[in-house]
Amino acid sequence: MIDFHNVHKAYRVNGRDIAALQPSDLAIARGEVFGIIGHSGAGKSTLLRLINRLEEPSGGRIDVDGEDVTALDANGLRRFRQQVGMIFQHFNLLSSKTVADNIALPLKLAGELSSSAIEQRVAELLDRVGLNDHAKKYPAQLSGGQKQRVGIARALATKPKILLCDEATSALDPQTTASVLDLLAQINRELNLTIVLITHEMDVIRRVCDRVAVMDAGVIVEHGPVTEVFLHPKHPTTKRFVMEAEQIDENEQRDAFAHVSGRIVRLTFQGESTYAPLLGVVARETGVDYSILAGRIAHIKDTPYGQLTLALTGGDIDAALARFGASDVHLEVLR
Amino acid sequence: MEALFPNVDWLEIWQATLDTLSMLGGSMLFTVLLGLPLGVLLFLTGPRQMFEQKGLYALLSVIVNILRSVPFVILLIVMIPLTVLITGTSLGVAGAIPPLVVGATPFFARLVETALREVDRGIIEATQAMGATTRQIVLNALLPEALPGIVAAITVTAITLVSYTAMSGLIGGGGLGDLAVRYGYQRYQTDVMVVTVILLLVLVQVLQTVGDKLVVHFSRK
Repeated sequence: MIDFHNVHKAYRVNGRDIAALQPSDLAIARGEVFGIIGHSGAGKSTLLRLINRLEEPSGGRIDVDGEDVTALDANGLRRFRQQVGMIFQHFNLLSSKTVADNIALPLKLAGELSSSAIEQRVAELLDRVGLNDHAKKYPAQLSGGQKQRVGIARALATKPKILLCDEATSALDPQTTASVLDLLAQINRELNLTIVLITHEMDVIRRVCDRVAVMDAGVIVEHGPVTEVFLHPKHPTTKRFVMEAEQIDENEQRDAFAHVSGRIVRLTFQGESTYAPLLGVVARETGVDYSILAGRIAHIKDTPYGQLTLALTGGDIDAALARFGASDVHLEVLR
Repeated sequence: MEALFPNVDWLEIWQATLDTLSMLGGSMLFTVLLGLPLGVLLFLTGPRQMFEQKGLYALLSVIVNILRSVPFVILLIVMIPLTVLITGTSLGVAGAIPPLVVGATPFFARLVETALREVDRGIIEATQAMGATTRQIVLNALLPEALPGIVAAITVTAITLVSYTAMSGLIGGGGLGDLAVRYGYQRYQTDVMVVTVILLLVLVQVLQTVGDKLVVHFSRK
C-alpha cells in the first residue's frame, strides 16, 4: 500500500545538511496498523509527513497504491491528500468553527458534495466517534479525548484509504489514550483503513499495531511484527523501549540473577501456548525445580503472551531444556 | 450652556462631527480593503511561510516601513497632488480620505500580518493535509482563526485614524480637528477646543468598547 524506496530527507540549516531520515526502505501493507516508534528527533515525524508530502523528500520514491506520489503535481497532490486523513498530537482543530463545521471542512474544501450530503455525512461521523450531542459546541468546550475524536471524524470525512496519526495520544491521559486507541482499532477493522501511527510510547504500539518500525537518529533500526519486535527486541533502542514499557530495571534484574544458582532461562509463550500447563509438566518429568525471577503476562493487540524468566536447579536440566525447546514456547538460555 | 460655551456654534459642531465620522468611515473602509490583502500577502511571503518569497517580502516590507516612518503631517502635504488626481480636490472630507488611507494602510497591514502569525501553524498544516489550496487555506482557516486579532487591528487602526482626521484639519480637511485648530488654537476660543476634544474622546471610547466587545464575541478559545 505504502512503499518507500530509498527515501531520504535532509534539512539545510545554516548552509549545512542535517539528515532527518537516512535512505530507507519500508513497506506498509493494506489494512494494517503500522507503528513507528522513536524518541523525539529520531525522524519519525518526518517519515510520517513524507507520506502525504507535508515534507518533500530529498530523494527516493514513495509509492502509494502503486502510484509514485513524489511525482504528483499540485493538483494531483491535492486529490491524493483528500484520500489520506491525518490526526495530530494537539488536534489542530479550528477554534473558530463548531465541531460539525470542523468535520465538514475537508468535505467543503473538496467541493464534491452538496451541503445536505455534507450534513448527512457529518452526522454519520459524529455517530461513529460518539459525539452526537456535541455538534454545535466549539473545540474549546471539549475535553482532550473529545477533541481527538473530532480530529478522527474530520480525518475520516473524505473516506480516506490511509490514516496518519502524529502522536495522536501523547497529549492525553492513560484512560483517554486507551479509548482513543480502541476507536482507532475499531475503525481499522470496520473500514479496513490502513493506519500509520507514530509514537514514543511502546504501550501504544502494543495495544493497536500489527507491525512496528523502530527509529533512531534517522535510521529504521528494526522492524517487523509487533509480537516479534516486542518479545525479542534486538537493537539496543528497541530493548530500551521494551524495558520502559515493562518497567524493567536492568540493574535490579542483574541483582536478582546474582542471588540464584543454576541455569537461567527465559520462556516466551504466545497465542494458544500461553494457556498450556507446560512448567508443571516439565518439572514433573525431569525433576527440575524452578523459581520465577521475572514475568509478564499480557496482550499484544489480540495476541495473549507470557514471558517468564526462570532459574532452574536440580534434576535433569538438559532434558528440561530439550523439552522446552521441543514445545511451542520460545526458549532463550540467559546463563 | 450659553454661559459655559459662549463661542460654540452647535450646528457647526454637529456638521464637524458628521465630517469626522464620514472621514473615519470612508478611510477605514478603504484601509481594510487595501490593508487586508496586503497583510495577507506580507504573511504568506514572509519567512518560513507557505509562499516564502524573500525578494517580494523585502520589497513590501521596505515600502510599508517607509510609509509608516513618514510623519502623517508631512504625508498630508506630500499627498496633495495625488489626492487632487484621485478625488479632484484636496479639501474637505473627500480630500482627506486618500492621505488617511495611505497613512493607515501600511499600519493596518502590519497588524494583520501579526494577527495571522498568531494562528497556530498546526491548523495550517492540518488544512494543507486535507488538500486545500493556498486560497482555501487563507479563506477557510487563516482568516476565520485570526478574526479576533483582525477585529482588534481594525479597532486600533480606527482610533489612530481618529487622531489622523484631527490632523487633516491642518490642510482644510474639515471635521472636529479642524474646528479645534481654527477656533481653539487660532482664535483662543478654549470652549470650542474643550467641546471638540470631549467629542473626540467619546468617539475613541466608543470605538474601543465596541471593538473589545466584538473581539470577545469572535473569540472561541
